[in-house]
Amino acid sequence: MAQAAIELIGINKSFGAVRANRDINLEIARGTIHGIVGENGAGKSTLMSILYGFYQADSGEIHVGGKPASIKTPNDAIALGIGMVHQHFMLVDNFSVLENIILGAESDALLKSSIAKARSELDRLEREYGLEVDPDAIIEELPVGLQQRVEILKALYRGAEILILDEPTGVLTPAEADHLFRILKQLKEQGKTVVLITHKLREIMAITDNVSVMRQGTMVATRETSKTTVGELAELMVGRRVLLRVEKGEAEAGAVKLAVKNLTVKDSRGVTMVDDISFDLRAGEIVGIAGVAGNGQSELLEAISGIRHAVSGSVMLDGKPIDLTGAADPGELRDRGLAHVPEDRHHVGLVLAFEENENSILGYHDDPRYLKGPFLNVDAIMADAKDKIEKYDIRPGNPRLKTANFSGGNQQKIVLAREMEQDPGVLIVGQPTRGVDVGAIEFIHKRLIAMRDQGKAVLVVSVELDEIRSLSDRILVMFAGRIVGERGPEATEGELGLLMAGVERQEAAL
Amino acid sequence: MDVFIAIVQILDSTIRLSVPLLLACLAGLFSERSGIFDIGLEGKMLVGAFAGAAAASVFHSAFIGLGMAILISVAFAMVHGFASITHRGNQIVSGVAINFIAAGSTIILGQAWFQQGGRTPALQPGERFDAIVWPGAEAVRDVPIIGPIYAELISGHSLLVYLAFLMVPFTWWVLFRTRFGLRLRAVGENPAAVDTAGISVAWLRYRALICTGILTGVAGAYLSMVQNGGFVKDMTAGKGYIALAALIFAKWKPVNAMFACLLFGFLDAAAIRLQGSPLPIIGKVPVQFMQALPYILTVILLAGFIGKAIPPRAGGVPYVKER
Ligand SMILES: Nc1ncnc2c1ncn2[C@@H]1O[C@H](COP(=O)(O)OP(=O)(O)O)[C@@H](O)[C@H]1O
Ligand SMILES: [Mg+2]
Repeated sequence: MAQAAIELIGINKSFGAVRANRDINLEIARGTIHGIVGENGAGKSTLMSILYGFYQADSGEIHVGGKPASIKTPNDAIALGIGMVHQHFMLVDNFSVLENIILGAESDALLKSSIAKARSELDRLEREYGLEVDPDAIIEELPVGLQQRVEILKALYRGAEILILDEPTGVLTPAEADHLFRILKQLKEQGKTVVLITHKLREIMAITDNVSVMRQGTMVATRETSKTTVGELAELMVGRRVLLRVEKGEAEAGAVKLAVKNLTVKDSRGVTMVDDISFDLRAGEIVGIAGVAGNGQSELLEAISGIRHAVSGSVMLDGKPIDLTGAADPGELRDRGLAHVPEDRHHVGLVLAFEENENSILGYHDDPRYLKGPFLNVDAIMADAKDKIEKYDIRPGNPRLKTANFSGGNQQKIVLAREMEQDPGVLIVGQPTRGVDVGAIEFIHKRLIAMRDQGKAVLVVSVELDEIRSLSDRILVMFAGRIVGERGPEATEGELGLLMAGVERQEAAL
Repeated sequence: MDVFIAIVQILDSTIRLSVPLLLACLAGLFSERSGIFDIGLEGKMLVGAFAGAAAASVFHSAFIGLGMAILISVAFAMVHGFASITHRGNQIVSGVAINFIAAGSTIILGQAWFQQGGRTPALQPGERFDAIVWPGAEAVRDVPIIGPIYAELISGHSLLVYLAFLMVPFTWWVLFRTRFGLRLRAVGENPAAVDTAGISVAWLRYRALICTGILTGVAGAYLSMVQNGGFVKDMTAGKGYIALAALIFAKWKPVNAMFACLLFGFLDAAAIRLQGSPLPIIGKVPVQFMQALPYILTVILLAGFIGKAIPPRAGGVPYVKER
């Protein structure tokens, strides 16, 4: 094997209570393209930001070119020939390309000579790598593909020998991505080392020499790309979790409660996240949406629950349309019997600074049950909160406690209790058991199935395959914003894994 | 000819009145361009004015006064930096606190040191910055048109007035032609870009605040050592806030800032000049209205008559990379 360009030894990094990287070891051979895959939140960006000196590891060592290196700031990394193209571009939007390129790498105190030098150097890089870009263009007027090119040029301008790219293709069209890959191959031919982070397995197979898989902050495996398969990588990425299967009977699907038709959603950058999706959700069934995180599930959920603007399509709740301008009145949707347990409970589902009892009625606080004239009926609210605490086994069982002081799993139960106890006709749940311990998972699954048995329509979005398989009566798999397949609950993990990796779609396209 | 002389006189006082605004406005420009909102321009000017007048009268030197004004004002700017850069505090709260401390401490110290009800002793010649009369100013005074313009408008101002106007092209040059300026503008737009480029965000912002402190110090010195022969309590009288309005009006650009400050200075000058005298058609305008005019205009301008004013994008937000 070639000499290691980079060696990471025992890297640990926590953000508050989140352990983003645990004891990571990684070796990257010089002159190769090394892929790092993993779901969103697996800790890929954190690891690379540590290598780039943007974050400081809590413990661990970094060796560059065989020698121990102390990388405390990006400056140290740049001096060692490490360049990084961040997931969220680090560009000054209203600066020109040239200004962005020289920022931090100016040759002296006045700009004139730096700019002249950068202009000629840019010319050379352009010719050498086919990285064309107008040096005087303003960043915000450039399409994302070109902005990314500026980021690459920035790294090369600083003499990067090791180039890290963090999810570079997330914002690119397939044609732009292909061009990027040609550039990366060319860099490799010139002896540079490339680290490519992505969660798209197709890209890994197409371009990398080696691939490492991360899951929940740990490095689970490193493989030679030629000796692994998409299926194996998908399985490593998602991981198996021992999960007790909850017994459930046959579904008795009834009338259509929620009808999604040709729904298309774009994100703020104009990238299509949900691409022409249609499906029905019936009373008395649980439909699960599976997929690797970041394939449009979050946007789909937000559009259905009326908090994100949809470009086109319609969503009918009990035959009547939902406002898809992104400005739907959530109170009205609740009145119509749509309850929503958001994926991101910290930001959307709870006010962490509130007491538990306040959060347990949040959004339903105008309900006459909780009111005494124009005032909140504190006694009724407390009684209601205690009732939910008992029923959902929320611990500690103190409705006066600040919500921030509950563990993640119990916070999730607070939200679930609030939404489920309103007896909605349709329940939409994002990541029902993210961060929840195993005991609570089983409990939450039981409640969801009980809701179904009472004839409610339940839509579950989860990145946990086991959860989808154990809950769902029908499984829809999302990939790149589309539903790429529908399966029954008997579908195997391997089969779903391939669908999630977009393999079937790709084969169909060939 | 009377009208012409009157106009020249109004313009002359326009220049005098706009100088403290201009210095404060450029001061604010440095900090806001670096992403730190500074509502404490007012307070820094006030401590500068006090320190300048106090030191000048004790040491009998205008330049020691100016130096002291700058020193103390920079010290206050560093307090703002410590709260809002190092400790990532709320920039508005920190700025307001500085204004209160300035208002209170100048009165208390003034009374304790000089026992004149919060004033500093009247400055003697040599302790003030006196008017510099340009060569030939008196000789050409009677030449029509050019004479009064040269003698009144161009000649006969103090050193600090010329300094203030020279600061305009200088600020522009620093901002758009130097490495420091490039980084300063960048850190106000996207501090993460600066950080990943290997530059310290905190140190850069501290340096911007030092520039702010120097300029507010000069502005304060101008108030107590040029416009007025000594310090009077609360003598900034809201100029720091008007300067902030001018900064927005100027869309954070130095040359625009000069014109905005001249406009506000002109309104002020016109208000003083026209007090009590009847205007054609409208008749006699109440004094209070004339005095309120600059503020009314500020509100109208800020309410959107200047097109979209986009502040530096990272303005007001502490830079935190680990949540
Ligand atoms: N700056 C930060 N502050 C706090 N938590 C963070 C920060 N960056 C990442 N995290 C957390 O660390 C974990 C790993 O995140 P990240 O490295 O971005 O994952 P990936 O790039 O694989 O999607 C996540 O739980 C995320 O919420
Ligand atoms: Mg990432």
